[in-house]
Amino acid sequence: MASDRGAPQARSVNRPPPEAKSLLEIEGLRVTFGQTAAVRGASFSVARGETHCVVGESGCGKSVTALAVMDLLVQGAQRSADRLQFGGEDLLTLPAKRMAALRGDRMAMIFQEPMTSLNPAYTIGSQMAEVFTRHRGGGRAAALERAAGLLGRVGITAPGMRLGQFPHQLSGGLRQRVMIAMALMCDPELLIADEPTTALDVTVQAQILRLLAELQRDLGLAILLITHDLGIVARIADKVSVMYAGEVVESGATAPIFAAPSHPYTRGLLRCVPVPGKVKRDELLGSIPGVVPRIPPGFVGCGFRDRCEHAVAGCAAPVPRQNAGGGHEYLCRLAPGWAA
Amino acid sequence: MLKFALRRLVLALLVALTVMTLSFALTRVSGDLAISIAGASATEQDVALIRHAYGLDRPLAVQFLDWVGRAAVGDFGESYFFKARVSDLILERMPITLTLGLTGLAIALVVSIPLGVLAAVRENSWIDRLVQLFAMIGQAMPSFWLGLILMITLGLNLGWLPISGTGSWQHYVMPGIVLAFSAIPALTRLTRSGMIQALGSDYIRTARAKGLSRLSILGKHALRNAAIPVVSIAAVQLGFMLGGSIVIETVFALHGVGFLAWESISKNDFPVVQAVVLVLALIYIALTMAADLLNGLLDPRLRAQ
Repeated sequence: MASDRGAPQARSVNRPPPEAKSLLEIEGLRVTFGQTAAVRGASFSVARGETHCVVGESGCGKSVTALAVMDLLVQGAQRSADRLQFGGEDLLTLPAKRMAALRGDRMAMIFQEPMTSLNPAYTIGSQMAEVFTRHRGGGRAAALERAAGLLGRVGITAPGMRLGQFPHQLSGGLRQRVMIAMALMCDPELLIADEPTTALDVTVQAQILRLLAELQRDLGLAILLITHDLGIVARIADKVSVMYAGEVVESGATAPIFAAPSHPYTRGLLRCVPVPGKVKRDELLGSIPGVVPRIPPGFVGCGFRDRCEHAVAGCAAPVPRQNAGGGHEYLCRLAPGWAA
Repeated sequence: MLKFALRRLVLALLVALTVMTLSFALTRVSGDLAISIAGASATEQDVALIRHAYGLDRPLAVQFLDWVGRAAVGDFGESYFFKARVSDLILERMPITLTLGLTGLAIALVVSIPLGVLAAVRENSWIDRLVQLFAMIGQAMPSFWLGLILMITLGLNLGWLPISGTGSWQHYVMPGIVLAFSAIPALTRLTRSGMIQALGSDYIRTARAKGLSRLSILGKHALRNAAIPVVSIAAVQLGFMLGGSIVIETVFALHGVGFLAWESISKNDFPVVQAVVLVLALIYIALTMAADLLNGLLDPRLRAQ
């Protein structure tokens, strides 16, 4: 799809066939904050029970995309899309009240900042119970019982004691586990995890990722995981969407993308990751020069062209979507197989 | 929580002791009490007699301990002017001052918390600007002037409320409003800024992600965190209302403790001045402690320190 939002011909040609089993379908999502286009026509879909990673540098619009799906954007943000569907509901036209009824119930979210994402004034038990009583009704006692069970499920010892504790009495890793358990209170179909391990120690990161993978397997949960860490993607993603400057520049199943990255940005990202045995002594690790640009609304052409070593004058024109086969697509003038 | 409360109590007692020492010392350094009691025309002999009669010829330490010992059981001696026990004078007037102060605080809270929340929720809208303008005007308005304006409009022209005295609850409405206005600007602004900060925090984003109702997000999750500075300042404001309502008590002819203080200062009635200062200081200390305890209940992190 072209980056220009006013390029319907590109969109109609490249629209992927609708997948019946998709839980979340995002097509042509755009979010602007005043004079900044944070998301510019991002498209991808998440199937039931699938782990879908959105990867990219800071400022690529990954978190904004997640917040746009949850309708949690800050005041002043403009959201629009060609299609934004979740489990058969059209999120674009859903009234705010029904959207709130969906949040925390059928779709839940955990965040990058476990230290500040829990309310310091209320106990863990109170914060976990309220989401259940809000969506499922029933008494507080039943909700607390479920909360204790889920705390145990996410690997927290002595769950009964934890319920009576306050967030400040818990470590960052424990708080993120509490956030995960809280997200699971109503058996959501989709869990959106926005960089859930970035603020944590490496060992804790691995534990949390293992936990997410286990939960995904056991509960049939779809996970939309936002990360900048390609190591995480390689380990747990079924599908990947690489975002750059508000667009999904490459998407598909994980293995083919790692085997044959086709967008220059994806190739650049992968070059930045040290692989044991492949990195030679005294050899510099790859890097992508420059930073993610701030894109004004109405920008046309490839957003990566200023940092791309393959950029030519034609990159300022609307970019075609290339199909590398097997659902592997990317946005670039370079034809499939160019890198081989 | 018990340990936290005990620590606050010990702290409060130490402050009270300091205040007692200061209040005793101030009356002693302000001049020879015996001379001021005896008056300008007294002879050397009269002064000596008075000095002995009031126990002022004893060593300072003894006088101090004697005074503290009596004050601890509520005995502040006798007023020079009213010829009555100081404790009776204060007890008689305290209900008026307390009623007035609590009325003022209640009005202030009922007005400023909803206004502050509203302004924060609609930050930078015309409602927010209007609330801030209201707070600024409230701040700039002298209380005696507001009192007179209210008396003219609500009392004289409309005849809705009595303009002076303490006969019924209606008598407390106008002075209560005037007193409230001294606290409303600060409390409104604090509520507003606290709510803006709370609403921008990660835990509010979590609350929204949980699909909680707007009422729960604002009233339960945001307001409780925003309330902590409001509680602290409201306690100080109440202390100020109880001790500093002299102007309002005078304007509305309410014979409360503030009025008593003003009378006794102008008449050099030292035992009364000393006792009023002490009682008001103790009320301040008690209010601050109550605010600390309330904040400890609101925010568990404060208890842990």
